[in-house]
Amino acid sequence: MKTLLHPPELSASRAYAVWLRNVKVWRRLAVPSLLGNLADPLIYLLGLGLGLGLLLPKVAGVTYLTFLATGTVAFSTMNGATFEALYSGFARMHVQKTWEAIMNAPMSLDDVIVGEMCWAATKAFFSGAAILIVIAAFGLTPWTHALAAMPLVALIGLTFAGLGLVATSLAPSYDFFMYYFTLFISPMAMLSGVFFPVDQLPAMLRAATGWLPLLHAIGAVRPTLLGTPNPDLWLHVLVLALYAAGGLVVARALIRRRLLK
Amino acid sequence: MDRPNDALERPVTRQRSPLVVEGLRKSYGDHEVVRGVSFSLVPGECFALLGPNGAGKTTTIRCILGQTMPSDGRIELVGESVPDHARQARQRVGVVPQTDSLDPDFTAAENLEVFARYFGIAPDQARERIPRLLAFAGLEAKADAKVPALSGGMKRRLTMARALINDPELLVMDEPTTGLDPQARHLIWDRLKGLITDGKTVLLTTHFMDEAERLAHRIAILDEGRIIAIGTPRDVIAEHIEPQVVEVFGDWAEHTGGAPAWATAHAAAFSRRFEISGETAFCYIDEPGALLDHLAGTGLRYLHRPANLEDVFLKLTGRELRDS
Repeated sequence: MKTLLHPPELSASRAYAVWLRNVKVWRRLAVPSLLGNLADPLIYLLGLGLGLGLLLPKVAGVTYLTFLATGTVAFSTMNGATFEALYSGFARMHVQKTWEAIMNAPMSLDDVIVGEMCWAATKAFFSGAAILIVIAAFGLTPWTHALAAMPLVALIGLTFAGLGLVATSLAPSYDFFMYYFTLFISPMAMLSGVFFPVDQLPAMLRAATGWLPLLHAIGAVRPTLLGTPNPDLWLHVLVLALYAAGGLVVARALIRRRLLK
Repeated sequence: MDRPNDALERPVTRQRSPLVVEGLRKSYGDHEVVRGVSFSLVPGECFALLGPNGAGKTTTIRCILGQTMPSDGRIELVGESVPDHARQARQRVGVVPQTDSLDPDFTAAENLEVFARYFGIAPDQARERIPRLLAFAGLEAKADAKVPALSGGMKRRLTMARALINDPELLVMDEPTTGLDPQARHLIWDRLKGLITDGKTVLLTTHFMDEAERLAHRIAILDEGRIIAIGTPRDVIAEHIEPQVVEVFGDWAEHTGGAPAWATAHAAAFSRRFEISGETAFCYIDEPGALLDHLAGTGLRYLHRPANLEDVFLKLTGRELRDS
């Protein structure tokens, strides 16, 4: 509780230096990294969307390919933030001792965590935006809708970066992340409407899964891309923002306990 | 005016101490790791904290840098109160940590460049400093080499260069030569001596007594969280131990028990104090002449040497292993 309430010690310019460090590493691998981020979801999209799509009637009023594409934007953004916050974050926190080195300089743990969270969100944004560009180029959504979804993609990146850092702060080793994927990320993907509409789920299950962050991510992004009315948009945005902030606060307390003990 | 030159010889305003530690305590649960440590540094001196593993050296350093909350006590680092203003203090301190924390994704030069940014040093100012620091570390030829391609000694020198990027008022080094071969250690000592000669204040921790004797103006021996001896190496040796040591070992002509059996029978007669450790007897002595004459006829082997810090250290902290 004491660590949870520790007053923040944050400087935007110092957090930016942490972010910039990660950009500098990423820059030399930018092209393969972006292509990788794009190839994986596109394989899914084309394989499932075209293959399975041929067998299916319209889903939620659109072709299955379009339905899946609009879900994939949120799904890929989530994965981008999660991988960066978990595996790369753990490498810098624990394996390479990068955070320790940074904190020998006049940098606070808050500078490091905020810089890392923003970086994971940035990288996730690259993944989500790349897919938005591709699906707009294929004519699955108008360019104006793709543009309108960009800020939502950025927010989804922050949400899953914050949640991912909580997992990282608890991890004794890389193996731990398997649990995060099999117990949280993968079931959530099935229950949040990436691959099929959630109204296919039994009512009881739907009621029990209303809190899932990916459900709100898709709830925000899909209608925006389809141009359908979305009366709950601000609710989704609020929930995503709360997860982002909650993840940050909890991760910060846990990492404080882990590194500054 | 009896002594007109006094004011010139001794400046009226004494320089502020780069580090003051008073009554520092740190507990983890019921276990008190640091139990009331006090010392302060004089500008320009090299001060070594010595202690066996688990003595509280690293915890003391972490408290000083504001990286863990002390349970009690007062710390003033380069004039700033820690932990409250630890960040401001670290702006003017350089740190060489015990474990390698260089950035493996970057080259030697990039490591310095990225680190400079954490201090808010302008890029052009950093670019001007980096070649000088690489030259100091003897790494000009390795500027563009990635960190994993560097040897252990090179990495440690690069870490030293990194700690100097902000031209710190105080350099803190936690076991700077642990794990290095003798050549690499001597090179580190050489650079460190250069810095000390140039007037840099240095706080180092080590468990190598020869390192402390060679580099430090003053030392403090830390054991179980307390300072048990403090002063210049020479004073600490003179205060705590007899000036001469004769180490006796090997086979004794009169008895199969070897040096330990000999020591039990005779050592007390010749030395002020003696200890048996394994197969060796350590005789601490003021004047070794009589003992050496006696040993000549026994078949035992011996080594006669002046007492050093290691003898003090072993006397004060004991010979049992500290594996923690």
